[in-house]
Amino acid sequence: MADVAFRLAAPSRRLTSGAVAGALVLASAYLLPPLVGSTYLFEAILLPFLALSLAGLGLNLLTGYAGQLSLGSAAFMAVGAYAAFNFDLRVPGLPFVGSLILGGLSAAAVGLAFGLPSLRLRGFYLAVSTLAAQFFVQWALNKFDWFSNGSASGVVRAPDIVLAGHVIDGPVERYLFALTVVVAATLFAVRLANSQTGRNFIAVRDNETAARIVGVPVLRTKLVAFAVSSFIIGVAGALWSFAYLRTIEPAGFNLDRSFQILFIVIIGGLASIRGAFFGAALIVVLPLALSRLGQAAFGGAFDSGVLELSQRVLLGALIIAFLIAEPKGLVALADRARARALRPFLKPPYGG
Amino acid sequence: MTIKHWLRAAAVASVALTSAAALADEQYFPLQSYRVGPYAAGGTGFFGGFIDYLNLINTRDGGVNGVKLTWSEGETQYEVERGVEVYERLKNNPGVAAWNPLSVGIAYAMIDRITKDKVPLITINHGRTDSTDGRVFPYVFPLLLNPYSETSGIVNYLAGREGGIEKLKGKKIVVLYHGSPYGKETIPIYDLLAKQFGFEVQQIEVPHPGNEQQAQWLTIRRAKPDYVVLRGWGVMNPVALKTAQKTGFPADHIVGNVWSNSEEDVRPAGDAAKGYVAITTQASGADYPVVQEIIKTVYDANKGNLQDKARIGSVYHNLGIVNGILNVEAIRIAQAKFGKRTLTGDEVRWGFENLRLDEARVAALGAKGLFHSINVTCANHEGDGRVTFQQWDGQKWKVVSDWIAPDWKLLRPIIEKSAAQYAVEHKIEPRDCAREEAADSVRKASAE
Repeated sequence: MADVAFRLAAPSRRLTSGAVAGALVLASAYLLPPLVGSTYLFEAILLPFLALSLAGLGLNLLTGYAGQLSLGSAAFMAVGAYAAFNFDLRVPGLPFVGSLILGGLSAAAVGLAFGLPSLRLRGFYLAVSTLAAQFFVQWALNKFDWFSNGSASGVVRAPDIVLAGHVIDGPVERYLFALTVVVAATLFAVRLANSQTGRNFIAVRDNETAARIVGVPVLRTKLVAFAVSSFIIGVAGALWSFAYLRTIEPAGFNLDRSFQILFIVIIGGLASIRGAFFGAALIVVLPLALSRLGQAAFGGAFDSGVLELSQRVLLGALIIAFLIAEPKGLVALADRARARALRPFLKPPYGG
Repeated sequence: MTIKHWLRAAAVASVALTSAAALADEQYFPLQSYRVGPYAAGGTGFFGGFIDYLNLINTRDGGVNGVKLTWSEGETQYEVERGVEVYERLKNNPGVAAWNPLSVGIAYAMIDRITKDKVPLITINHGRTDSTDGRVFPYVFPLLLNPYSETSGIVNYLAGREGGIEKLKGKKIVVLYHGSPYGKETIPIYDLLAKQFGFEVQQIEVPHPGNEQQAQWLTIRRAKPDYVVLRGWGVMNPVALKTAQKTGFPADHIVGNVWSNSEEDVRPAGDAAKGYVAITTQASGADYPVVQEIIKTVYDANKGNLQDKARIGSVYHNLGIVNGILNVEAIRIAQAKFGKRTLTGDEVRWGFENLRLDEARVAALGAKGLFHSINVTCANHEGDGRVTFQQWDGQKWKVVSDWIAPDWKLLRPIIEKSAAQYAVEHKIEPRDCAREEAADSVRKASAE
């Protein structure tokens, strides 16, 4: 009983210190880059980072919390992007935020449909069935040019983001917009993870039979996980297309992207909100840093072929290393580093 | 003096400083190249040829009228987000002349950005068809051949083989296309030309990457078409030729499009490719004077960009050389108007819009027979490129047709309609080309 009381009390204490840290991160995210950043920082690092973080966050709810492995993330991103485009195009007077939410809802609907097999399939088999989503969505977007408004090539230029009559223009404004969306989605995810539904996710992940016995509605929980996760991933897809690339093409949402998002979750930390951000930061920055370092160290000998190979080798090694040595990902490393740094100041651990 | 004035003065000063720094008189090409990944064959050949030509101009002529050409590369792997990253990384280098990503996807993502930065974007032989209309797309140039012209060129060639456009009536053509944005771009125009000339067209998709085509070729066998047009990319091409051989379809009745026309497309197919015909805007081979000069000046000095010298004069390499010629000549033409110095992107844009190379000028550039001619205007950013057809004899490509003109008159209204729709969607006010050209000629007359 005491154990239960402790567990219930702990989150609230962590929440307060976490809330302070969160507020600090948030304030610096809103204030610092616009003051010091170049367009390169926004266009090549921060915007893809935000979109991928959000996608990672969505997948983490499904895979990290609810334990359902999915390889269809890129497909849900594509659905979100194309649906937002079509709502923006075909519903006159709909504000962009409306298109964004409807895009997310469309992704949620598709996610729900492809989540149905999860009622019967688990683990590896489920991953294979979500692969079907990946192939089907890309095929459908290629096949029916209605989705791209008759654009012969299937690629469309993303329309401008308009908020209350103001056109979101320039990298800084697009960054602030994307940041706001990501913050809202993250708050939602934090609330969800700490709610009864979030605990149901974890119960289903840890032991489905036991969860069923204690009265967790397993089927509903799985479907909710798929829907919520796909919603967030769909919004991430819309951000990817509208705020970052400003073009929408099916080829950008291929299987490689799905794997990329899965790697973000694994490296960042399963079942952790912050993990998605850590993982995305690593995935976005690693290749750029590697190419700069390689160029500086080896000059011309470090050509694109070597770079590509070294990226793959390093990423693969990282994934294996994390899976073996630290399955909780970068988040656990960061927590340990923080604890070590703070130890001198917090002498009596948890007040004895 | 208000703060605004101070800011403006500071801005003017900083502009003056940067232009002083750029006074070294260099013109810079940011290259979004791809040398690894599934499309490396195209990337290494094309960017190799482009760099080889820039090298030739620097070594032989000391640059364009004394302005040195410089470049640096960023790897895109043909992926959009990598292309955008490279764009953002390289765009702040001084003296950017033009962008040449050689990728439809990357080009689409750049249209907004380059229009704002006022730097031309070159999509030679590919790109968005309606960007031909320079009134709506002032900075985008699908030079030589857009996808619709390519389609019309192929149909005109087939008409020639049948003995006249009216003989196409009742014939049956199958288009085997790559299941990608690039592959789909020409679906409506084939349908339209079929209606126009009374032939029957059946368009069959090959899903990316296309290494399994049994089902498609069985359909083709049942359809018994007179010709198959191969609109492929990468591994799809040799597989198509091999599967055609297996199903007994004659290779000389397969016509490849402009991205199915390289040595890398036919060599892996071995015997099955013998007799296969493909369209091209630039002939292959190393006999042309400009290619010979590149061998002499660049490769013999060990500065060549291709690792495998056997690829000199291959289709992609020659395309890169032609692309180099067009970029360099646009700079030269713009220099004649603006002065022999580092030009801004907007000035180079003017150069492209006045890029007129007739057959005599092409011959003077050492490229007679390599490509025909180009005639870009403010309203026509494609420039009426001609096409020719080459046949693979098992060892090399042999030109088997004259220079054929696509049916521009037929295509122009479709392009204008699509561009007008784009202008409405994106709230673009089309330029008045007649007025701009008149202003240009007045300025020229008063200068003389």
